[in-house]
Amino acid sequence: MVIDYAGFTPLASLIGGAMIGLSALLLMAVNGRVMGVSGILGGIIRPAKNGGQQDGQSDISWRVLFLIGAIIGPFIVWYIQGEPIALTPVASGWMLPIAGFFVGIGTAIGAGCTSGHGICGLARLSLRSLAAVASFMVSAIIVVYIIRHVVA
Amino acid sequence: MLRSIFILLIGTLFGAGLAVGGMLNPAKVAGFLDLFGLWDPSLAFVMGGGVVVNFIGHRMVMKRGQPLFSDLFHIPTTQVIDKKLIAGAILFGIGWGLAGLCPGPAISSLLLNPQDGVGFVVLMLAGIYVGRVASDKIA
Repeated sequence: MVIDYAGFTPLASLIGGAMIGLSALLLMAVNGRVMGVSGILGGIIRPAKNGGQQDGQSDISWRVLFLIGAIIGPFIVWYIQGEPIALTPVASGWMLPIAGFFVGIGTAIGAGCTSGHGICGLARLSLRSLAAVASFMVSAIIVVYIIRHVVA
Repeated sequence: MLRSIFILLIGTLFGAGLAVGGMLNPAKVAGFLDLFGLWDPSLAFVMGGGVVVNFIGHRMVMKRGQPLFSDLFHIPTTQVIDKKLIAGAILFGIGWGLAGLCPGPAISSLLLNPQDGVGFVVLMLAGIYVGRVASDKIA
């Protein structure tokens, strides 16, 4: 293992992480919902039959509002820091939609992603989420290993 | 109305946090996942910061009894660790490793890099639909 000191951004990443944790906390405090993006999307694409808010409010609108906010957020950071958000793709062409499909079907079957199982589940000390996080971390590390050190 | 404004702002904080933390950059995500190459540990700090803040605040929020604008806290009650959970997580990890994008960053960077993002997100949504249908059948 060789550490990439040039790319290492511990402070910015810690601050960004704290902002993500705070947003998860606030969504629970305000709306009583787990901040899991795959679940938030899933509730729009295929709403649960008996799900939804029991307080008479739409189960779709809060999801859409949260996602609109998530799209606006980076532009505010861009404005404040005065330069575009660093964004270098690692996949191109057909690999992108294929990867997207894996991410979608996997998070739907596994009931969560990096935000739901990672930020929220681990903070609740859920063993189920810990098992999910360990599984997707290991499979992602293996895939990157194959791409970068076997195929390449 | 107030509830809607709050939720929009919370989403904005989330998207801003992803941008500040480096999660929107697939190369940085792949650098974190590349344990056996030139490893960038930054994203462990994103995860750590997020979990610690949420962990500390969670108890305080729960003490309030109910959310500000809803009737109850919707917290997953299932504890089972089954094949479905693990298989789903593994499939997700494959996609995450291939493109360096998970659902939150894919949505948040959609307008920053639409030429790459649209194809990923459209098929991700299709995958979520198929996964949900399959999941209901298995259960």
